[in-house]
Amino acid sequence: MHAMSNGKIYAAIRGAGHYAPERVLTNDDLAKVVETNDEWIRTRTGISQRRIARPDEYTSDMATAAARMALADAGVAPDEVDLIVVATCTPDMIFPATACLVQNALGCTHAYGFDLSSACSGFLMALETATGAIESGRVRTALVIGAEKLSSITDWTKRETCVLFGDGAGAVVVQASERPGILSSQMGVDGALADMLSLPASGCRHPASEQTLADRLHYVHMSGGKTFKSAVRVMADTAVQVVRDAGLTFDDIDLMVPHQANLRIIEAVAARLEGDLLPKCFVNLDRFGNTSGASIPLALSEAQTLGRIKPHDKVLMVAFGGGLSWGGIVVEWKP
Amino acid sequence: MALEDKVVDIIVDKLGVTRDQVKPEASLIEDLGADSIDTVDLVMTFEEEFGESIPDEDSQKLKTVGDIIAYLKSKGKE
Ligand SMILES: CC(C)(COP(=O)(O)OP(=O)(O)OC[C@H]1O[C@@H](n2cnc3c(N)ncnc32)[C@H](O)[C@@H]1OP(=O)(O)O)[C@@H](O)C(=O)NCCC(=O)NCCS
Repeated sequence: MHAMSNGKIYAAIRGAGHYAPERVLTNDDLAKVVETNDEWIRTRTGISQRRIARPDEYTSDMATAAARMALADAGVAPDEVDLIVVATCTPDMIFPATACLVQNALGCTHAYGFDLSSACSGFLMALETATGAIESGRVRTALVIGAEKLSSITDWTKRETCVLFGDGAGAVVVQASERPGILSSQMGVDGALADMLSLPASGCRHPASEQTLADRLHYVHMSGGKTFKSAVRVMADTAVQVVRDAGLTFDDIDLMVPHQANLRIIEAVAARLEGDLLPKCFVNLDRFGNTSGASIPLALSEAQTLGRIKPHDKVLMVAFGGGLSWGGIVVEWKP
Repeated sequence: MALEDKVVDIIVDKLGVTRDQVKPEASLIEDLGADSIDTVDLVMTFEEEFGESIPDEDSQKLKTVGDIIAYLKSKGKE
């Protein structure tokens, strides 16, 4: 890796892509499965519908489709990719990593890769990791993907959670750059609050057994109210910090892309930030629900497709999820 | 500003109701149209404005405007 003119290698986003499965599950469809209704779901969450992957369609397939679109957008060939990071809490298998399946499907013959597990903040942690690898000079081109088949870990008998989630994928291509693209970042975790949001079984603590099945431990468990409060506080605080660290004000931000968990969370975060930020928030959770690790890259790519993100825009991303874990990143898009 | 006025201001702002609707006996949910998420957001706003953390066991008991004012006063806020 050659040094740039001032000796510093920067990282920048050069392309974005997304994929959403074809099948649409509406609130009315859900009302046939659990005791709920369209009005409750829309007013409490802002979600109208979500996409559900086919039974034979997996996280790696969605990740591959999103990555293909991102590579085309960046004009990068698969064999130029050095690193693939897949942020997911629904990998195809515990191992091999989903990243290996994506590597093979795309023909990224020179890449290494791994999965990153940090629930809904996984994509930002993956972007942070790829940025570090690029700025160190060890990697030139990275594919950073968020992909989830949450329908496989959703308890379809629990109305408190099953209305929230959906399937999908998003990806960005990050490359070494002479101009800074990743302007600031801030990540955090608090394992004292690990129980607030979890999938208790499938790991070594509760290997699959008749008991774990009976206790429904292979599904997402969540305390909704507590999660709401923590999400709002930590996303608002992180947003303030990364905008300041980037040497910017909220006025300079062209688009805010928050984790798409719940419109009411996004509204409460925006209300706690300076200026009228809500109109600058990109929202697509009405059509996709919460897709966890896929949520931010799916939103980024869709925003670009819709003309809401243009080269040189300052984009603020904030996320929050199980761990607890959170992160914020400010980028200059395609600098 | 008196504590009462501050509480009323916050409720007016968050729930989009008029000042005269926010009577001490008014219930946040039944009379002022709050839903469960509004009540969480309101409690967070009181915590931020009054610098007092309100545990879930306590916030569940805050049903009316008067409950909130009495609770904050019992914590020495004015
Ligand atoms: C999940 C969430 C929407 C629930 O909202 P809430 O206001 O906390 O709801 P509550 O659990 O207090 O429930 C309120 C009422 O609605 C009912 N309810 C819950 N889910 C329902 C549904 N899908 N349909 C209809 N009614 C429902 C409850 O049973 C309760 O009824 P009751 O008052 O008669 O007991 C909200 O807490 C939330 O979004 N939390 C954050 C979750 C999240 O984003 N997680 C992922 C983070 S990455």
